[in-house]
Amino acid sequence: MLQSPVQGTVARLTVRGLLGRRRGILLAVAPALLLLMSAVAASSNGDMHELTVTILARLGLGTLVPLLGLVVGTGVIATEIDDGSIVYLLAKPLPRWRIVTTKLTVAVLTIWLFSAVPTLLGGLLMYGTKDGLAVALTLGTMVAGAAYAALFLLLGVVSRNAVVIGLAYALIWESLIGNFVEGARTLSVQQWGLAVAKAVASDGTLTAEVALGTAVPLLLVATAGAIVLASVKLAGLTLSSDD
Amino acid sequence: MSAPSEPADTPTAARSGAGVIHDIGYRGYQGPRLGRAYATRSLFVQGLRGAFGLGRSGRSKVLPMLILAAMVVPAAVLVAVTVLMKRTDQPIDYPQYLATFGLFSEIFLAAQAPVLLSRDLRNATVPLYFSRPITRGDYVRAKAAAMVAAMLIVTVLPLLVLYVGALLAGLDFGHNTTHLGYGLLAALLYSVVLSAVGLLIAASTPRRGFGVAAIMGFLVVSGGVAGVVEAVQSGPPTAASSADWAFLISPSDLVERFVNHVCGLVQSSSSSFGDTPGTLGAVVFGLEMVVIVAGAYALLLRRYRKI
Repeated sequence: MLQSPVQGTVARLTVRGLLGRRRGILLAVAPALLLLMSAVAASSNGDMHELTVTILARLGLGTLVPLLGLVVGTGVIATEIDDGSIVYLLAKPLPRWRIVTTKLTVAVLTIWLFSAVPTLLGGLLMYGTKDGLAVALTLGTMVAGAAYAALFLLLGVVSRNAVVIGLAYALIWESLIGNFVEGARTLSVQQWGLAVAKAVASDGTLTAEVALGTAVPLLLVATAGAIVLASVKLAGLTLSSDD
Repeated sequence: MSAPSEPADTPTAARSGAGVIHDIGYRGYQGPRLGRAYATRSLFVQGLRGAFGLGRSGRSKVLPMLILAAMVVPAAVLVAVTVLMKRTDQPIDYPQYLATFGLFSEIFLAAQAPVLLSRDLRNATVPLYFSRPITRGDYVRAKAAAMVAAMLIVTVLPLLVLYVGALLAGLDFGHNTTHLGYGLLAALLYSVVLSAVGLLIAASTPRRGFGVAAIMGFLVVSGGVAGVVEAVQSGPPTAASSADWAFLISPSDLVERFVNHVCGLVQSSSSSFGDTPGTLGAVVFGLEMVVIVAGAYALLLRRYRKI
């Protein structure tokens, strides 16, 4: 029997846990910031192409998307593991992989809503439809956002220090080490997203460090691998009470 | 609590037919009372140790110790380079070292400020503290002092490694001592300003993961936004002075540029040291730091007025 990968009730509860109370407003800071910066840039008279790339690729894709991926990716499952309420979900007659896919779907859609939509709007505001830049960056953001969500969800299942490890990956590996060591850029979700965006946009409008032929398989392997590993890990989860 | 003594008492009471109060030897505490100051000091020491995972499980030591190593090891490598290459100056100035590797101290803050505050909120131990003689002010003072002290250890230790290395390499004593002073000023300002921001965010959420992401998000995104605003404002890169006001948004840039200006590092070096927009800018940057610290402390006190 083929089951749908998304289970309605679990999805609903996850959305409520993620966006309920004031948390949704806090998450909305990221897209608001992106749109605000875009509006400020659009009214200035600098080099629009450079500004668009700086704001949407460096600030958006480079900083806000990983942070959003971190908060949402770990928020859908790590907080429940942290406060122990995950046992009530695990006790239900649901296959563990369905829990993972449901939570991942919610995370990915949330990230898309909070990062891809403002990227598209900001891109159109600043650069219009020229060179397909806005659409390309939006696609890159979506791809990278999905990969971040899967990776950080896996981290949330594996480690209790998921947020700190994720931060170390996003800031130290992708930014600090990636600036000095070229090889590090091959293993960077941000660069994979940029590679996808570059392939969509007109020639010469964007630069990416990784070839599309490398980026797409790596993206698929990372995302699928994270889902499988998270399912396996969740199947044998031990709850520890250490801090 | 008194469960073990009950089975023995019940038959006695039943036999005599009336309620009897037995003297089972409880005595009041006769020893010295160590008082509020002692309790506050204990809270400080325990917070400082906890920030490095001392006195906690091995797994919670890993992260702070790794970050401490990440701060100190590059300094040791730089010293080794200076000695081996027989250089006549340090490859990097003391305040610049903190600016370059400041990311690690920010991650340390983001990881450990919620450990100090969020766990108490989460496990509802704050009311227990306040049922003792210490007041809310004492609690906030002890926790803030512990966080600042921990940040000072993380930022000052690599500077001392650089300094001792420079002296061992036979570099100019006077120059290095003065610049170590600049570095120490930078370390103090980083510790105090960043801790103020971090603690305020950590105190507002009982969720550790959320606190970590919120602190780091604020510090990193504010830096990124300041960079973008500066890029939007300044057309040609030479006339950057008025665009430097953009760095008022970002706490770490605020400290870096203030120290560069006050210590006169901008003129003495041709490299790209960030500056404040003129003397007025330095005054404003300094005032903003005072406002951030005082404001955050006042808000923290207000946060704990009602729990």
